[in-house]
Parts: sequence; C-alpha cells; structure tokens
Amino acid sequence: MIGEIGHFALALGCILALAQSIFPLIGAHRADARLMALAAPLAVAQLIAIAAAFAALLWAFAVNDTTVSNVVLNSHSAKPLIYKFSGAWGNHEGSMVLWVLILALCGGAVAGFGRDLPSALQARVIGILGLIAAGFLGFIIFTSNPFERVWPPPMDGQGLNPLLQDLGLALHPPMLYLGYVGYAVTFAFAVAALLEGRVDAAWGRWVRPWSLAAWSFLTLGIALGSWWAYYELGWGGYWFWDPVENASLLPWLIGAALLHSAIVVEKRESLKIWTVLLAILAFAMSLLGTFLVRSGVLNSVHAFANDPARGVFILGLLMAYVAGALALFAWRAPKLGGTGIFAPISREGGLVLNNLLLCSIAAVVLVGTLWPMFADILFGAKISVGAPFFNAATAPLAIPLVAAMAVGPLLAWKRADLAGALQRLWWVGLLAVASAFLTLLVAGYHVWPALGFAAAAWLIAGAAADILDRIAAFRRPSQAWNRARGLPRAAWGGAIAHAGVGVMFAGLAGMGLATDALVELKPGQSTRLAGYEWRLENIRDVQGPNWSSRRATITVLDQGRVVTVLTPEKRFFPVGRMNTTEAAIHTNAMRDLYAVLGDERDGGGVVRLHHNPLAPWIWFGAGIMALGGGLSLSDRRIRVSAPSRKAAPAPA
Amino acid sequence: MTRWIFLWLLLALPAFAAVGDPNERLADPAKEALAREIGRELRCLVCQNQSIEDSDAQLARDLRRLVRERVAAGEDQAAVITFVHQRYGDFVLLRPPVTAATILLWATPFLALAGGIAVIMLRRRRAVAEAAALSPEEARRLAELDRGTA
Amino acid sequence: MSDAASPKRPRRWMLYAPLGLAAAAGVGFYAMLQGLQDGSYNPRGVPSVLLGKPAPDFSLPALEGVELPALAAADLRGPLPGPVLVNFWASWCAPCIIEHPQLMRLSREGIAVYGINYKDRVAEAGAFLRRHGNPYRRLGRDEPGRTAIDWGVYGVPETYLLDRQGMIRWRWAGPITPDTLENELRPLLRRFA
Repeated sequence: MIGEIGHFALALGCILALAQSIFPLIGAHRADARLMALAAPLAVAQLIAIAAAFAALLWAFAVNDTTVSNVVLNSHSAKPLIYKFSGAWGNHEGSMVLWVLILALCGGAVAGFGRDLPSALQARVIGILGLIAAGFLGFIIFTSNPFERVWPPPMDGQGLNPLLQDLGLALHPPMLYLGYVGYAVTFAFAVAALLEGRVDAAWGRWVRPWSLAAWSFLTLGIALGSWWAYYELGWGGYWFWDPVENASLLPWLIGAALLHSAIVVEKRESLKIWTVLLAILAFAMSLLGTFLVRSGVLNSVHAFANDPARGVFILGLLMAYVAGALALFAWRAPKLGGTGIFAPISREGGLVLNNLLLCSIAAVVLVGTLWPMFADILFGAKISVGAPFFNAATAPLAIPLVAAMAVGPLLAWKRADLAGALQRLWWVGLLAVASAFLTLLVAGYHVWPALGFAAAAWLIAGAAADILDRIAAFRRPSQAWNRARGLPRAAWGGAIAHAGVGVMFAGLAGMGLATDALVELKPGQSTRLAGYEWRLENIRDVQGPNWSSRRATITVLDQGRVVTVLTPEKRFFPVGRMNTTEAAIHTNAMRDLYAVLGDERDGGGVVRLHHNPLAPWIWFGAGIMALGGGLSLSDRRIRVSAPSRKAAPAPA
Repeated sequence: MTRWIFLWLLLALPAFAAVGDPNERLADPAKEALAREIGRELRCLVCQNQSIEDSDAQLARDLRRLVRERVAAGEDQAAVITFVHQRYGDFVLLRPPVTAATILLWATPFLALAGGIAVIMLRRRRAVAEAAALSPEEARRLAELDRGTA
Repeated sequence: MSDAASPKRPRRWMLYAPLGLAAAAGVGFYAMLQGLQDGSYNPRGVPSVLLGKPAPDFSLPALEGVELPALAAADLRGPLPGPVLVNFWASWCAPCIIEHPQLMRLSREGIAVYGINYKDRVAEAGAFLRRHGNPYRRLGRDEPGRTAIDWGVYGVPETYLLDRQGMIRWRWAGPITPDTLENELRPLLRRFA
C-alpha cells in the first residue's frame, strides 16, 4: 500500500512538474501575472509530492518490505538501519528519486526565498526547473520504477554490496546530487536570462549563491568519494582518474569557473554571455555524468545499470535540455551583449585567465574521459586513458592556475598594477621557494612533492597576504582589527577557499612522499617503516552484525612507546558472499599510519603497511574550500535580497 | 553479451582478496622504484582505470611480478613496457601512445588554450575598436542607454 | 541595443560552436547505445594483438594424473589437419563450467580442442575433467600463468581459434555460450575448415 502511494506520488509529482513548467513560462511570455503567480505554489506542491514518494521509499527499506523488488535487490533485514536508508539511494532507481527530491527542494527554495526576484524571472526559473523535473520523473516512472512489486515475496533481501555499507559512501551520493542539482538552478537562471534577453548585476547576485552552494556541496561530495576510496579500497590510493570520478570533476571545474565569472557579472556587468554559457555547461556536465554512469557506455566499477533503454532515455533528456539551451544560447546570446572594457592586467583579466585555465583543464578531462569511447566507435581503436595521461596533460595548465591564484585577488578592478601586486607578495614567493628547497633537502630528489609544497605555501600565504592587504595590516595596523571585522564575508570566503586549495596541495605533496612495506609477519614479529616499529600481535576471528571477519592486531611503536594499535580486517559478508578489506588507519593530522591484512599462512599473515605524510590534508583542504564557499554564501550582499531592478520597460 | 562478460568478470576473479605478495618486491629500492613507475603506466586489464600497482586482481599480480623480473634482469622502462604492449596491445597502456587515433587527444591542452586565447583576443580587439570609436563621454551615455533599453 | 550597431554584434558562428559540439557528442553517444544493443560496441572487449599471427612460443607440461599429451607451440604450427581451438580454463572458474558442455559438443563433433589449464591445482583440475568430461585432445598446464600472458589472456575462460595454417583468427573472452557457439564460432569453423 505504501509503495503504491509512493508510486502515485511520483506520478502526481510529474504532472505537477509539467504544470509548473507550462503555466509560469506561458505567463512570463505573456506577462500574465496570474499564470506567473502559479509558479511558487506549484513548485511547493511538487516538492510535497516528491517528498512523500521518497518517504515511502525510505519506509519500504526501513521495514524491509520484500514485496518491493528494489528492496529485495538492495537490502537485507540484517543490515544496520542507517545502511537500510542509504540502501534506498545506493541503487539506480532510488538514487534517481533522491535526485528529483533535491531538484524539488531547489525549486521550493527558489519559490520560498525568491520573492524579491522580478516575478517574470522567478516564474521562468521555476518553470525551467519544472521542465527538468518532469523529464526525470518521466524517466523514473517509465524506465526505473522504484516501487515495482515482486510476488511471491522472497523471505529476505539479497543484501547490499558490502563495499557500499559505509558511512562515507552513504553520504557521498546526496552530497554529489546537491551539487549536480544546484547547477540545475544556475542552468534555469541562464535559460531564463536568455528567454528574457537580459543579464544584469541583480542576475549575477542571484546566480552566485546557487553556484557557490552547488560547488561547495560538490567539493564535499567528491572529497567523500575520494576519502572512501582511500580507506575502503585498501591501496592508499585516493584518485584513480576513473571515468566516473572524472564525471564528477567536470561540473566541479566548470562550476569553479562559473562562480568566478559570476563575480565579474555582478561587479562589472561584463562577461555576461560567457557566464550564461558556463551555467549551461555546468549543468550539461552534471547530466553527462548521470548519462555515463547509468547507460553502461563506460567500463567502470561505479556504473550502475547496463540498460541501453535507460541510456537512450537519459540521452534524450540530456540532448533536449543541453542542446535546447545551447540553441537558445546561439539565438539569444547576442541580445545579452555588453563586454565591459578592462585592461588585460586587472581583476577582470585575472578572472578571465582563471576561466581560461579551468575550462582548459575541464576540456582535457572531458576529452580524456570520452576519448576511449569515441576512438572505439570512430576508429575501432581500443585504448586506455589513465592517470599518466591526465597528470601529464593537466599539470602544465594547473601550474599557471596556481601561480595566478595568489596574484588575482590583489589586482584592482579595471586596471591593475601587476608589479605592485607581486611586490606585496614577495614574502609569499620566498616562502614557496623555501618550501620547495626544504622538501628537496629533507626528502631527497622528489620534484612533484617539492612543487606541491611550493604551491601549498604560495596559496596559503597568498590568501593571508590578500587578507592582510585588505585590512591594511601593515599600513594602518591600529585599525586592522576593525577593518577585518568589516571585511565582507565574500572576501574572507574567497581567501579561505584559496587557502583550502593550498592545504589540499600540501596533502597531495605529502602523499607523494608516502612509503610502504609489504611483509609477512608471525605473531610477535615486527618490522620497521618510516621510523616506527610495527608489531603483529595476533590474528583472530571477529563476528559483526552481518559479517564475520579475520582481524589482525598490530601495535605501532615509536622508540618503544606505543603510538597506536591498528586492527585491519578481512570481512566476509555471507549475504552476497563477498569479501571486503578493511584498512586500519591511525591519523594524528600530520600523517596516517595505514595497515591492510592480506593472505594468511602458517600462523602468520601478510600485511601491507603505509606511512602517508599529510594524507588527511587532502580532505581537510576540500572541507576548507567548501567552508570558504559557505562563508561567501553567507555574505550580507547575498543574504540581504538583491536590490530590485529599475522598472524595465517592455523589451523592444 | 555484455551481461555475460560482466558475469564472467565477477566470477572469474580469484576468490581470495589479497594485498600482494612480499616475495614479489625487489630488494634493491632503486629497482623497486623503477618497477613501480613502470607498473603505474600499465593498466590492470580486468579492473577499471586502475594500474597494476593498485589492484589485487590475479592478472595485476602476475604482471607486477613479470615487470619486476624484467627490471631485475636489467631491462629499462621502455623495454619492459614494449614487452607488455606487444602482448596486450594499446589497451594496456594508461598513457596512450601518440598515433593518428590519439593525436587530437594529446593536442587537447594546446587546442583548448589556443582556442580560448583566440576567442579572448578577437572579442577584446572588437571591444577596444568600439571603445576607440566613441569618446569616453559617449561610451558612458551609450552604456546608460543600453542599460535602459536592452 | 539596436540592429544598426551591427559591428557590435558578436561573431555568431562562435555562439553556435557549443551547440555543434554537443550535437556531435550526442550523435556519438547514440551510436554507442545502438552498438551496445547490437553488440558492435562493447566497452569491455579488448581485441587480441595475436589476430592474424601464429601462436607465441611456449612449451607446457602435461597435467599429472590425466592421460593427455602435453601442449607446445610446435603442436599449433601449420599445416594442421583442421582448425584448432585453444581454450584457457581453470577448475576454480565458474564460467568455465557454463561453457564446458559447448566444448564437449565440439570435441564430439571432431573439432580439435586443446586446453591450457591456468593457475590451477593438479588434483582439482583432474577432478574437474573427471566430473564434467574431457573435451581436450592435448592439455598443457600453465601454473605460473606466464604462457597466458604471452597469449595476452586477461582472465579465464578465453578461447582462440587457429586456422589450418596455424594463424590465430578469433579470440573469445568469456564463456562460450550456446549462443556464441552457433552465431560466432560455427560460421568461423566452416570458413576455416
């Protein structure tokens, strides 16, 4: 019964979404205030319907309703409740419901908080969001019904992939979706701007918070995924340039470009056409990721459903939205016009450089990800494009990007003094060079880690220099505190996000100096790695709620003093008959001690031990970036509603 | 058919998970480092985009051992990679060789940068030409008119 | 902005470029999806580099306890009396059980099926053949898996077809299902008979 209610709610939501797209868009076109006024209530009604459907799905998983085939395939009564819930979105159908729920939430947010928007713009934005929701709800209803029944119901579910029974992975999809779907809102704003034929500072002020929020969530989502790979896959790797990872990186890169170019729109009413294009592309990349993951055209661990019919449907949606928006762009963009004049050396110029480099990196990642597929279909060539390519092809673009990141914020709008900015950064540059030399001195000849630490110092100290400069800490130290408090949060947010990138680079550089050992130990035996003594105490059986495991106990000593006791495991999940490797990690924020248990023989066991300097900084850095985004988001200018536009005469 | 191969991949992986074999490593740290560098260039064919250095698939293990034997025998990076390439084809190389089918792939960073710079230059030249045609006062008034009527 | 200000109009072709690229990508993706359905596009399939070449050099010992001659590259050099199948298998490999009846059928029909037992234990490999029947005329034992690497094998089961000149003409990765047998292998066997 609950399942049928959920299914009905989805269908109702689809109809409401259609109404939400049709009436406000017609209303905005005809300047009919009554039709436009329908936008907000319809968006809220759609949200309620989708929330009901999602609640029904969660209910089915919580009570382990085995008449629902989705529950049978993806859950089991012996699973902890939290993973029953995460199982609801850990599969194709459920994850699509989560996707439309988040989209409906965004629609509701535009309806609720967007009262200060010009009513035609608000109606159009909500209308476009309704159009997107209707397409994806149609996709769910016609190809991926999450409430499909099975009869007779089996005794119990078939479990969930144990690799997915994990907190990091339970939170990873919702975070990513918050990011992807956030770009649906900036997309809707872009399309609405094209329909209206105008982009102005108020538009930029509305697009910025959405792009900031989407980017921050996407940052967290990607970081969670990478963290999961680090502790769950058991090889200490955190980024594999897997096509699915790349698919999440693409909207992140384009989104980073978007949130920078939106600043130029807001402050200088320039780069309008470009910003609209970026907003369309950011969402296009989000949809492309969905298509690649769901359609089975790629060869990937993460790929969910290998159903070409679904692939065709998603491709249809992708082309309808993206090609539709790009056609509208080609037709209407000239109306947006207005390229403000600025010198190449200026804040605008710096942001253009940022966009150029970020988009070039995105192009490399996009082409590298798609090339094996297109080379296959065009030339019949089977090739791989992996980490060595991506590292080699993105590094020459990332280096100037990092170099510019510390300089850009010090440049003035319109026309800036580069020499002056560099002069204020002299100590930052000195720190960067010193970091590189120090790395070479301490760790030996490791070029990339040395460059990584230089980048980290350059970015972190550069962010500090930016703040010190803004509060005039050196020129008028007495007023610095007051100025710091008066500094807009967007300025703090930007500096913190840039510093976060620096922290991440430090983590990456540290991981470049990681060491490991692969040894066979008998209980009581020990080995040395990175100055620590690692002693295997024993290996024994442990019973968990839905798994049994072999657990090794390894004491790590530093000059005879116990640092930590690591307990890596090999788990066996009887439901699903799968093994997982549970790495044991001890962190003190400056380094991770990481142990994995392998084969056992003759009473001993093979263990792989890693010493990963600064590893947690990779994810701290991502967290700091997201924090900076959030801080920027809470800026007064954004919180306090955008000033309403001057009464605009009807378009000529 | 795709489904079959998928099933086969699931089932044909050895039943035991592994972290590697201590005996596979080379005693000489310089040679072990070289072997790793080589291994990171080679794709574990049954895995996703993972190299043979970070996979516990049986084939990855075998290839790791093979790479180390050849390195221990004194072969250089190019020779070892050629040996594996001859057996498994281009697919095994994570850094695709530059061929007619990959030249555009390798050119992407340059094309993207050059294309972006060209667009910026074109737009800028026109913007400057327009600005030059008007006095600052005119430009300001035009901008105002633009804002009012666009 | 009036139309009279024509020099102000941005270059239109630049604005169409994103649409063109997206449309081209869309057509490509559509072709991939079609290819997935009719089997012409398979993201997981990797072609063998041995196609059109003779078998690589190898010499494998026989499997102890099974009365079958050993297998070496010399046995696969042309001219051969007929086409030959070389099948890599293991007792621990579940899909090998799926394809076994098809190999048995081919063997009964008089097709030369040679086996290479991959990374297996002697006793278990022998037990497998006793339980499911023996389709092999010759059987080599590749315990270290080195010969498999020379052939470019990336998992078991994998099957190669050699013509009468000893040239490798076909490689099948994964189990030979009844469907594969009828639609892929039979036409080739007729062609190279």
